[in-house]
Amino acid sequence: MKTPTERTAQRLTDKGEIRAEALLPIKPRPSIAKWASIVLAVYVFFVGLEFFVFNENWNWPLVFEYLFGQRILQGLLNTITLTLITTLLGLFIGILVAWAKLSPLAVLRKLAAMYIWVIRATPLLVLLLMIFFLAALVPSLGIGIPFGPSLFEVPTNEVISRFTAAVLGLSLYLGGKSAEVFRSGIIAVDRGQFEACRAVGLSPLTTYTRVIGPQSIRVITPPMANEIITMFKNTSLVSVIGYTELLTTAKLIYATNFQTIPLLTVAVIWYLTLTSIAMYGQSLLEKRFGRGFDRRTDKEEQREPTEKVETRTSTIADGDIR
Amino acid sequence: MNVAKPILELVAITKQFGSFVALKGVDIEIAPGSVTCIVGPSGSGKSTLLRTINGLEEIDGGAVFFKGEMIGQTVRGQHRVPVSSKQARLQKLNFGMVFQTFNLFPNRTVMENVTLAPITVRGHSRKSARAAALQLLERVGLEHKKDRYPNELSGGQQQRVAIARALAMEPEILLFDEPTSALDPELVGEVLAVIKSLAEQGSTMLIVTHEMAFAQDVADEVVMMADGEVIERGSPKQVVHNSSHQRAREFFSSVVAS
Ligand SMILES: Nc1ncnc2c1ncn2[C@@H]1O[C@H](COP(=O)(O)OP(=O)(O)OP(=O)(O)O)[C@@H](O)[C@H]1O
Ligand SMILES: [Mg+2]
Repeated sequence: MKTPTERTAQRLTDKGEIRAEALLPIKPRPSIAKWASIVLAVYVFFVGLEFFVFNENWNWPLVFEYLFGQRILQGLLNTITLTLITTLLGLFIGILVAWAKLSPLAVLRKLAAMYIWVIRATPLLVLLLMIFFLAALVPSLGIGIPFGPSLFEVPTNEVISRFTAAVLGLSLYLGGKSAEVFRSGIIAVDRGQFEACRAVGLSPLTTYTRVIGPQSIRVITPPMANEIITMFKNTSLVSVIGYTELLTTAKLIYATNFQTIPLLTVAVIWYLTLTSIAMYGQSLLEKRFGRGFDRRTDKEEQREPTEKVETRTSTIADGDIR
Repeated sequence: MNVAKPILELVAITKQFGSFVALKGVDIEIAPGSVTCIVGPSGSGKSTLLRTINGLEEIDGGAVFFKGEMIGQTVRGQHRVPVSSKQARLQKLNFGMVFQTFNLFPNRTVMENVTLAPITVRGHSRKSARAAALQLLERVGLEHKKDRYPNELSGGQQQRVAIARALAMEPEILLFDEPTSALDPELVGEVLAVIKSLAEQGSTMLIVTHEMAFAQDVADEVVMMADGEVIERGSPKQVVHNSSHQRAREFFSSVVAS
């Protein structure tokens, strides 16, 4: 077999009209930028090597000693627990608020808008402190009629522990932030999808769980991953109310041994690990819910030559109708 | 055709969008097993009319009767109130709708598109729904695409799946809103062929279309709309050739010539 180039050469020679230039191989232009970027990468690598590895001050042996230390692991566990619980609760609140904001009932819409407004405006730190010191505002919590009798009551300080205050504060915060993400996911879905669901008579529940929901998950995964990864780090803010998660533990340790940098490094390594896991989850979600949106097959397979329209009663050629 | 009792009656349907009157009192009766083509210039209210029938658009006045029964509202004393949302959903099942832009569910395969409603709404078993869907897909010539996602199909194929999806709910009346106008010219034929075969099997259909040759071929009756009103009705021959209405004659001379 001759290569296509050889065949072309043959044809041109046969015709007696060969233009040598036409057959020269094509190569990319030499690129200075490419070489410059390689040099830069090597430079950065050595800077990093000097900064991180050959730098006594990092005190790597100490970092590794603490990385799996008893107290750090306990702190890490607290961070993970807090993140998981608040993420679940926060997303649940977010869905409710988004649903209220899309409701045909004006009162619900206004309530949701107000909630989102307050959460957006309040720094998380303030929110956490307010909840923790709720007892100063309302000495007891209960269900009843405002200004009237109450059916059931407990002292606020019994309900609001450091842990519950942390969970409440963080999930209320995530609830407000994620509500808008959920809402954007719903309104990103084409109106025709809602109409098609109504036309075949799907119930609202089926419409959302089988058709609209999966399509919005695809849209909201990247911004939601952002919010949730931010949660890992936001958990460190609960140190203001004295709950000891990962970063607080690191702080407590370096407050006594003055190894500030190595202990912060320990915390960062764990945050990097947690973030990597979350990002892996994100990529799985994107793959799962991206199905049907990016072509799986190449164009070749699209138009199968054998295909024709066969109908039971008749087969009509295009020409008959047009 | 006028002998049979109408399966669908539209009586004095009016619809407003803000202050704009899109439908100004439309009356149409549809005989069972008949094919009605709705034609008319852009903006004349054809889509709006079709969408009021299956409740995608709420009407402001008049009523839709299916087999003699008012749908969408019930009479309560001296006025009407909308039916419950559940009942509205059930009433919709009498109609199958095929959209101009297909509106297949992009996150579901062809098979799932067709079986989702029969399984979740009609309560059919997965197995029987799939068997029925396979037959329908065969009928539109797409059984070999059953595990594909909509974005892997051509426009014509997507529209044929959409037809199969509508048929899977065994509706009594099929509504088509310009089923071919989003398609490349070479794909129009395959979709019209499927619709024609349905017509030959006696399905009751309402088709909004700009394909005049097709309308003349399959329609028992052609309804011509302009400015939210029906201005001409009759057999295709009558409406196209002997149209009494000046606007209708203008419309046909423009579309038939092109
Ligand atoms: N949701 C809406 N809000 C406001 N006006 C609307 C809406 N839907 C339709 N209309 C108006 O109602 C009129 C009829 O629209 P409709 O879509 O029924 O026309 P059509 O006959 O289907 O036209 P075409 O052939 O272009 O599809 C148009 O003037 C349109 O602008
Ligand atoms: Mg239209």
